[in-house]
Amino acid sequence: MSVIDDWLQYYPSLLSGLWVSVRLAALSLCIGMPLGLPFALGSGATSRPLRLCTIALVEIGRGIPALVVLQLVYFGLPSVHLTLSSFVAATVALALTTAAYTSEILRGGLQAVPAGEVEAAHALGMSQRDTLRFIVLPQGIRVAIPPLMGLSILIFQATSLAYTIALPELLSQAYSVGSATFRYMSILGLAGLFYAAITIPASWLSERVEKRMARHL
Amino acid sequence: MTVFAAILSGVPTTLLLTFAAFGIGVVGGVPLALARRSPHPLPRLTARALIELLRGIPPIVWLFFVFFGVGNSVPGIQPMNAAIISLGVISCAYMAEIYRGGLSAIQRGQWEAGEALGMNRTSVLSKVIGPQVFRISVPAAATYAIGLLKDSSVAYTIGVTEVMFYANEQSRSTSDAIVPFLMAAFVYVVMTIPCAWAARTLDSRLRKRVAR
Repeated sequence: MSVIDDWLQYYPSLLSGLWVSVRLAALSLCIGMPLGLPFALGSGATSRPLRLCTIALVEIGRGIPALVVLQLVYFGLPSVHLTLSSFVAATVALALTTAAYTSEILRGGLQAVPAGEVEAAHALGMSQRDTLRFIVLPQGIRVAIPPLMGLSILIFQATSLAYTIALPELLSQAYSVGSATFRYMSILGLAGLFYAAITIPASWLSERVEKRMARHL
Repeated sequence: MTVFAAILSGVPTTLLLTFAAFGIGVVGGVPLALARRSPHPLPRLTARALIELLRGIPPIVWLFFVFFGVGNSVPGIQPMNAAIISLGVISCAYMAEIYRGGLSAIQRGQWEAGEALGMNRTSVLSKVIGPQVFRISVPAAATYAIGLLKDSSVAYTIGVTEVMFYANEQSRSTSDAIVPFLMAAFVYVVMTIPCAWAARTLDSRLRKRVAR
């Protein structure tokens, strides 16, 4: 059972890579998701120029592959005298991608709040800010939770792109073990299983949350 | 300008890779979606496990698995073929899930009506349900195709000469490292906009031909 032998021998270095991937994904999501909120509000703004600018920015952000953003930040920014370490560059790039996608998801969630509730809040004399804070956001964000969980899974998968900027995450570790031993099949297979061990339970969880949410709407 | 021309020369490869992989997914997704709904547990569970694994593992890992892993025992596999195979197989799983969503959107009454007319299940599926499932699936499939176009950029890591490959090459050979990547970003945005527009038009045309 040479595959099992390979797995037993090399799983510690893959685990250390997995830890880097998890940290990268968590940090990018923690920075990117709050960053998406102002864009979500901006794309629903009443001022036309503000709305169009925000929508254009978000669409451009979603249209560019995460890999391109990553390479742009890591290899491109040094030419304007801004050199980032590979972990910081990966965090910045994935946080920007997260922000673009989050803003679309949140916008959908905020739009799902019935207009009558906003009107009712105004009729009760609540200010614009209070309406947003106590009526629209709590409900809108709740609607957005299942798709945001889906996005988190995608961003975790996208951490594998950081292999291209030499960040020692899961795929880089697997690849370097593979190229040293030529046991690509078994090592990359194990790396794949590591990714799946996180993404598959996470997607089950998000399906369950979605079903539960559907009950309350 | 020569930098931009060099990056543009990767566009045909990017489009070919995307369309080939998407084509595999459109066709291969059908048996997988049907197996996923099979009354027998063996095909159902196999299809489910396959779909979960294909969607749960990042595309670049599948790409490496096919190119370096399987490629070790299949000498002389071309990077482009490895990229088409791995992205194509992943597309099968995503398309299967899209078809599954479309199938569940068809009202049960249509199956019953077909059976009441004396059609067997296969012909109800292929003549009544199937065509509508394809029409319902268009928007989701288009969103997926646009995502696939962006995901195809990972193929540069195994040496497929698409947009990202040339952007990297240009970035390394010129003094200005940032411009080639901005150009690549521009090229991707320009490629995805017509796709999104075409999908919207096609969707509104096909939507009229789904029974409500």
